[in-house]
Amino acid sequence: MDLGSINPVLLVAALLLASTPILLAAMGELVVEKSGVLNLGVEGMMIVGAVAGFIAAVESGSPALGFLAAAAAAAVLALLFGVLTQVLLSNQVATGLGLTLFGLGISSLMGQGYVGIRPPASPRLELPVLSELPFLGPVLFSQHAMVYLSLAIVVGVWWYLRSTRSGLILRAVGESHEAAHALGYSVLGTRLAAIAFGGALAGLGGACLSLVIVPQWTEGMTAGRGWIALAIVVFGSWRAWRVLLGAYLFGGVSVLQLNLQAAGIAIPVELLSMSPYLITILVLVIISSDKRRAQANAPNSLGRTFHASG
Amino acid sequence: MRRDAGGDGAGRVSTPLLEVQGLRKAYPGVVANDDVSFSARRGEVHALLGENGAGKSTLVKTVYGLLRPDEGRMKLDGRVYAPASPHDARQAGVAMVFQHFSLFEALDVAENVALGMEVPPPMRELATRIRDVSETYGLPLDPNRLVGTLSAGERQRVEIIRCLLQDPQVLIMDEPTSVLTPQEVAILFETLKRLRAEGKLILYISHKLEEIRALCDWATILRHGKVTGSCDPRQKSARELAETMVGSELALPAARTQDPGEVALSIAGLTATSGAAFGTELKGISLDVRRGEILGIGGVAGNGQDELLAVLSGESRSPPESVLLGDLPIGSFGPNERRALGVLAAPEERLGHATAPDMSLVENAALSGRRRMGMVRRGFVNWSKARTHAESVIERFDVRVPGAGSVARSLSGGNLQKFVIGREILQQPDVLVVNQPTWGLDAAAAAAIRQSLLDLASQGAAVIVISQDLDELMEISTRFSALNEGRLSKPRDTAGLTLEEIGLMLGGAHDLEIGLAASRPGRAVEAGEPVP
Repeated sequence: MDLGSINPVLLVAALLLASTPILLAAMGELVVEKSGVLNLGVEGMMIVGAVAGFIAAVESGSPALGFLAAAAAAAVLALLFGVLTQVLLSNQVATGLGLTLFGLGISSLMGQGYVGIRPPASPRLELPVLSELPFLGPVLFSQHAMVYLSLAIVVGVWWYLRSTRSGLILRAVGESHEAAHALGYSVLGTRLAAIAFGGALAGLGGACLSLVIVPQWTEGMTAGRGWIALAIVVFGSWRAWRVLLGAYLFGGVSVLQLNLQAAGIAIPVELLSMSPYLITILVLVIISSDKRRAQANAPNSLGRTFHASG
Repeated sequence: MRRDAGGDGAGRVSTPLLEVQGLRKAYPGVVANDDVSFSARRGEVHALLGENGAGKSTLVKTVYGLLRPDEGRMKLDGRVYAPASPHDARQAGVAMVFQHFSLFEALDVAENVALGMEVPPPMRELATRIRDVSETYGLPLDPNRLVGTLSAGERQRVEIIRCLLQDPQVLIMDEPTSVLTPQEVAILFETLKRLRAEGKLILYISHKLEEIRALCDWATILRHGKVTGSCDPRQKSARELAETMVGSELALPAARTQDPGEVALSIAGLTATSGAAFGTELKGISLDVRRGEILGIGGVAGNGQDELLAVLSGESRSPPESVLLGDLPIGSFGPNERRALGVLAAPEERLGHATAPDMSLVENAALSGRRRMGMVRRGFVNWSKARTHAESVIERFDVRVPGAGSVARSLSGGNLQKFVIGREILQQPDVLVVNQPTWGLDAAAAAAIRQSLLDLASQGAAVIVISQDLDELMEISTRFSALNEGRLSKPRDTAGLTLEEIGLMLGGAHDLEIGLAASRPGRAVEAGEPVP
């Protein structure tokens, strides 16, 4: 056992990057659920984003185009879910599960010719001077652009939901769609927009995985991260900051346990592998243990079908 | 003091602010509005009066732009008015306070108000304006409180202030008093009179005749979607109004029986928390109910009614000794064990709580009656017994359905409620607890249900009726008590109670004037409008 081989600077730097796909997908799902829609297809949208971003980046040679394509492809997939559940009033749970299966299937079809290729490298954003700082430099100022973008999105979503009129309408729609309709707000429009936004973020998260973290294309490479994102939203009781905490906790423990495995610590590998899931859920359950407050923050119309009548 | 502009003497000659001509709106199978015409002017409280399903709600939804009429047109202030959405209506100066509040519980007061405005000011400024307006009109309200924590009366204030901030010309109020205490009704009427004096038109929907006679300057009466008359309600008796509205005589229940027997069920010093967000905690509840009597429990919605029912039915468990059936401690028993002992309950929410909406009446009968009616043997349900039970409920309680195989969801509110109550009564309970037994029912169905509760009590059962309809409780209960913020007042004999005493029991001790005539609504018809 050699704990000295674990470099805390590298560990924290790796944590931020490793958590980003989950953080992005969870922020998207947070907005979707706040509008009252339960989209269980996060995993499917992530993997479609991963493959679409990979293909676009390889074919065009530009990682930026890859990220754009990933967001667009996953948003289109999300809108398919939106039309099915919001216009044709299908069951949200079943449709969401179907979306995940569909996404996993179509992504492996699309990715057939791309296995084993390396995508164009997307460089880190090295901020001059700041990135030279000891510890803080590599941790905060020498990350991939997607890390900064994801943090900006957290702040943006928090501010949007808290302070903007359109964010208020979105929360109102999620809280009581009948009342929002009675006041003349478009439940359908709000929800479709939220669903598309959630899809785009899940796609970005997937592309982050295939273009930056791994970086290559393998079938099923999201490996359940979409489900973790869903769980983090619920256990984070629909609050942006708690979702951020949950995502970083999960990413952090994942990276740490890999390092511990590599250092040969005397804990069974199985226990170490399950630790990120266990610790993330435990911590979030404890901080959201006030059941009433958690309920008050939960969107009241979550998962309920809305059909305007009378 | 300001002169009451809409009061006496002005006649009906000045130019109308709102004109409705030949409005028609049909749904598959029902014509909700048929050639409806009326006009109303500034400084008037104009009543739209009618029974359930008379088309009042459809009419005002059309005026508010939520529905588009099939035929007919409207004029506002002399100009053609055809709102395509509530946004259009609000811009034209029409605002509406809904029957079932269109509020968002998890948002605070200011956010709720902002949602109802076309161009809301920044939140801080809005909070100040809410304070200003609420003080001007005597409707105190804290902009930062979560709506989920407000009482029904306070919620209505949020709606009214939301409307007033837009400075509307026409204010539509759909059944505004159905959830208010007499004191709150009095405050509301003061506000409405002040608005009338400011020259606004108030369209006031109600079926409470006394209320309309006390407040309104003109009434348009609807029946089955058609206008059947219009009059000055202050010139007519409640009886005359009721006849125009209902078109038939009402069957009033027989007098109550007296001489209650021994205590059937008692609760002592029970405190219970609510499982639901924004639920009400029960604090030190003590009550006893005797054989042969009906204990009426009044109170405004959200003061612990659902929690009390859950404690009585066994859905929430309590310490064994806190609920006694005779001498038997049953506090820790669940609903099935209590049913076996003869303590039955019918909750308020008919679809989803009292019945499983997508199951047939036979299955719903079996779900509640399987123990007492001996429908289960060795874990198997005897469906023919269940069917017999369901069919006898349908026959005895005049439930109008094609057959016992119909799913609960397909029944109208009144028919389903008759089934729910009948299903329990035919199991010959020793104690029956019902919550809001006639909510949303028309006069005939409500009278039938009250009669069956009276009959049950006269056969020696103990009955607890939780209801927000004071007239109903005055009519059928032997003793009366009220829930306020989870506390139950000491039960008093119903005979001899004055309105003021009831008001104080309902509202706790507010230093407010008692709304007089306003709080004696005619019992002719009950609340609620069926969804078209």
